[in-house]
Amino acid sequence: MFRYIVRRLLQMVLTFFGATFMLFALVFANQKDPIQALVGERPVSESQRIALTERYHLDEGFFMQYWYYMKGLFTGDFGTSMTGRKNWEMMADAWPVTLRLALIAIVIAATFSVTMGVYSALKRGGVFDNVSLFITLVLLAMPIVVIAPLFQLIFGIELGWFPPTATRDATVWQLLLPAIVLACIVIAPEMRVTRTAVVENLRADYVRTARAKGLTRTRVIWVHVLRNSLIPVVTLIGVDLGGLMAGAIVTEHVFNIPGVGFNLARAIKTEDGPLVVGFVSILVILFLFINLLVDLLYAALDPRIRYE
Amino acid sequence: MSDLNTVTTAEAPGGQPNVPRSPVKKDKPRSLAGDAWADLRKRKIFWVSVVMVAIVLVMAAWPTLFTTADPGACALSNQYKGPTGAALFGFDYQGCDIYAKVIHGARNSIVVGVLSTALAGVIGLFFGLAAGYFGGWLDAFLSRFVDIMLGVPFLLAGIVLSNRLSSDPKSDGIFAVTLTLGLLSWTSGARVMRSAVISAKNQDYVAAARMLGSKPSRLIFRHIVPNSIASYVVLLTLLLGINIASEATLSFLGVGLKNNAISWGIMISEGTQFARTEPWPLVWPALFLGVTVLAFIMLGDAVRDAFDPKLR
Repeated sequence: MFRYIVRRLLQMVLTFFGATFMLFALVFANQKDPIQALVGERPVSESQRIALTERYHLDEGFFMQYWYYMKGLFTGDFGTSMTGRKNWEMMADAWPVTLRLALIAIVIAATFSVTMGVYSALKRGGVFDNVSLFITLVLLAMPIVVIAPLFQLIFGIELGWFPPTATRDATVWQLLLPAIVLACIVIAPEMRVTRTAVVENLRADYVRTARAKGLTRTRVIWVHVLRNSLIPVVTLIGVDLGGLMAGAIVTEHVFNIPGVGFNLARAIKTEDGPLVVGFVSILVILFLFINLLVDLLYAALDPRIRYE
Repeated sequence: MSDLNTVTTAEAPGGQPNVPRSPVKKDKPRSLAGDAWADLRKRKIFWVSVVMVAIVLVMAAWPTLFTTADPGACALSNQYKGPTGAALFGFDYQGCDIYAKVIHGARNSIVVGVLSTALAGVIGLFFGLAAGYFGGWLDAFLSRFVDIMLGVPFLLAGIVLSNRLSSDPKSDGIFAVTLTLGLLSWTSGARVMRSAVISAKNQDYVAAARMLGSKPSRLIFRHIVPNSIASYVVLLTLLLGINIASEATLSFLGVGLKNNAISWGIMISEGTQFARTEPWPLVWPALFLGVTVLAFIMLGDAVRDAFDPKLR
């Protein structure tokens, strides 16, 4: 286990350097005129130009800039946005909102997909099973750009069940509809995986043993079968994290939620390179760490899995 | 080589006493593709998706069959007018005919989707083949590279790359988006191809062909590729649907198609701004995009089920 963690961490380091380097190259190589992009239409005086060039190290080579950026990352300095605010500060403002959104979405998705998955596995081949298989296929296929505006229109504006947009403080009530939208991306695969896992486990020997020793059906299903069926579901939640992140950009944009995705989308439009790189590198680090955690959780849930 | 295949498959049923039910068909072994086709023909969902895909393709190739109106002919005096005559879906904020725009939007979606999937398909095929066939340090290097690519969430990389590639303010962005999606979406395919190649490489018939003195190129393209490509091609069908959705997402965020290029993503983005008072300019492109992506994913899903022997 220890050796596995070390190996995974080493791999993570490599992935981290590779990913941030690619990203940095994409944003900053052959940049046109970042100073003009910063000030917009107004003319820039020579002294301002010199000051900005010095502050952002614009006169040095590409690799030197990457070096400064890396040095910053390791000393906890995630750079300064073109707006003059620290990336870290903006992240600290935006992060809790997105985290709340993602957590609500994951809770909704997990509750729905596990109960519905178990139910349709128990009634395999029945009407509920077939209908839910079809609905998950539709959900699986619907891009978030279709779901988010349509849900906002139907449930937020026409029916008025939920607030259609969020305000600065983004309360749980305001985040409920966007969280349902986000949950839609993960419900379909999670429910399918739960269903397949439960169907397989119902045939397992230990289920027959549990039944034979007189346990109630409820206990067999919700304790014995479910624990073993949750393993693939947990992995999937980790894998889906990238999807959730992508979904959050669109969803926050549509519902006007001041989270990470919203800031990122705005930074891209205003060509705020340092903010984009800062935010994305934090996201990449998080993404890598959560994937590692999911892998370890996988071993904790299933004692049969041993990493050498 | 085909002789060896026929022999092994023809011999197999002989070993099991209760397999041949009708004596007429006994001597005709079916290939994996033949089996899959027989399975597919019976499924309703397959035919439904084939019809839907066909309609979208015809719409992309000959939009004038569906509408004679020019999608670029917009008059502000028509703003938010209801459906009239040829303009079945009414008019949008700019006074453009929504029906004509939605129909003409199919072409860009399909063009970007097909070309980017083809590009991703070629890259993934070569990466998968190289990593799977040659193994060793090349495999380690290529696999690490794929890991790095997967380390950055797809849409984040897509936004940055597409924004970077379409720096020319006058371009319509089609080339930039196609290149972006092609360069970013091949990774999962490459992994599938790699494992398919590794399992095909260790088969007896490949060893036999090698002993008969086949060159590596012949081994790869005559023996390994035909036997490992099925799952890869199926994956590409699914990827086509996903890439169409990604194009719309990038366009929606303002880093995809732009200027006067018609895209369902842009129409949705414009529609959301005024959805509070006028919902239809949002609803129609969203429905068309949703149904198109659904058709491709349903098709891919059905074909994958048919080609996966484990699910039968």
